Amino acid sequence: MSSGRETDSGAQRKPHGWLKTLWHKLGSPRWFYDIGGRWLYGFGAFAVVLLTIGTIWGLAVAPIDYQQGNSYRIMFVHVPTAIVAQSCFMLCGAAGMVLLVWRMKMADMALEAAVPIGLLMSALALASGSIWGRPTWGAWWVSDARTVSTLIMLFLYIALYALRGAIPRAEAAGRACAVLAIVGLVNIPIIKYSVEWWNTLHQTSSFSVVERPAMPASMYLPLLLNVIGFYCFFATVLIARMRTLVLKKESGARWVQEL
Amino acid sequence: MTVFVSSLARDWRANLRQPSQIINPLAFFLLVVSLFPLGVGPEPLVLARIAPGVVWVLALLAALLSVEGLYRQDYDDGSLEQLVIGARPLYFAVLGKATSQWLVTGAPLTLLAPIAGFMLYLPTEQVGWLMLSLALGTPTITLLAGIGAALTVGVNRGGTLLALIILPLFVPVLIFGTAVTETMLLGASREFPLLILCALLAASITLAPFAIAAALKIGVEQ
Repeated sequence: MSSGRETDSGAQRKPHGWLKTLWHKLGSPRWFYDIGGRWLYGFGAFAVVLLTIGTIWGLAVAPIDYQQGNSYRIMFVHVPTAIVAQSCFMLCGAAGMVLLVWRMKMADMALEAAVPIGLLMSALALASGSIWGRPTWGAWWVSDARTVSTLIMLFLYIALYALRGAIPRAEAAGRACAVLAIVGLVNIPIIKYSVEWWNTLHQTSSFSVVERPAMPASMYLPLLLNVIGFYCFFATVLIARMRTLVLKKESGARWVQEL
Repeated sequence: MTVFVSSLARDWRANLRQPSQIINPLAFFLLVVSLFPLGVGPEPLVLARIAPGVVWVLALLAALLSVEGLYRQDYDDGSLEQLVIGARPLYFAVLGKATSQWLVTGAPLTLLAPIAGFMLYLPTEQVGWLMLSLALGTPTITLLAGIGAALTVGVNRGGTLLALIILPLFVPVLIFGTAVTETMLLGASREFPLLILCALLAASITLAPFAIAAALKIGVEQ
């Protein structure tokens, strides 16, 4: 009898059933806390290994650029931070949508945990870009499409952070941030294209520097390692922050007190 | 539609009873415009070059100043709560409020633009284009500012937070708004930025009220 039942339920199971199960499990703070503790070490180990190899390779082994000399090496930090800052913004928007539609607690925590990381990543991308721009473009700041849209993304991160701090009730703060994150996600591409168009209008002379021929593999591979490494680092910090938030927000629950 | 009209009419009457809320941002606008010749110097060529940008940036700041109280009074006296829990669609009520807000900020500012233009030596043939760009851009600004005002409705002294939230969102309107008058100086076409301004307006009329309504619901619940 029991085996017959099992095959029945197995036949009724929809494709991607495991995905749905994972989705439901993700809604549980306790489950996330447990499994996050394991993911944390996996991502952390990957981050350490990849960033060590990628950074040593990029800074010491990769060849010198024939146009920019050694100054190009800052891209091994600059490019990954910029990419992660953008991905983090998309994550915030997605978490905001999940929070508004399904009212999932974990989405709120993901949004809250991700904002400061994204803020720091975009600040790092801007700072490293500006340090690189001084010898290459001859100016600390050139208002091109990418720099301006990254700067605006930084301001939106600051706004998200400030909005959460300003609203006293945590649940309302989370949902207000979700609305702002979605509005920001819709606006970032519009801002990006408008600044791009604006820039072709106000043509600056230093632009051809950016368009270099495709990179050789000896530069590309360490960059790729660092990009993946920074993603793992981001995941590690995000999960660590989310676990702390779980403990903080579920501090009344029995399983937390038993820890 | 009746919701739209009644909300528009109610806010219109409420605004007329508090003329200082309408006049102050406009006075601010003209005052700061008159400071620019003092700060930059009275050379007509320099002032004419920066005039569209100055007028546009000040239009953004004036919108910021005036929008702060858009939902605050309704929130304080409880009528916002009635609006949110009521059976009528919030979307049209929000759109009506935004329209009446535009009628007392964006529209008079557009009409005052020639004065600002003359103070900054903007060539006379450009004044019309400046007004057209403001007429198309300021409604978008009012709607975007409404999102920020709705998000900060329950926040005490939310002025700087409001600026932080909405000024970044104004960037596309600023770029294409100034481009309408600046193309003359650079010889590009005017049609493109004007069409983009129309597109931004259409998109914000359709989408912004949803964001405002969602934000107001959150604000009322807290």
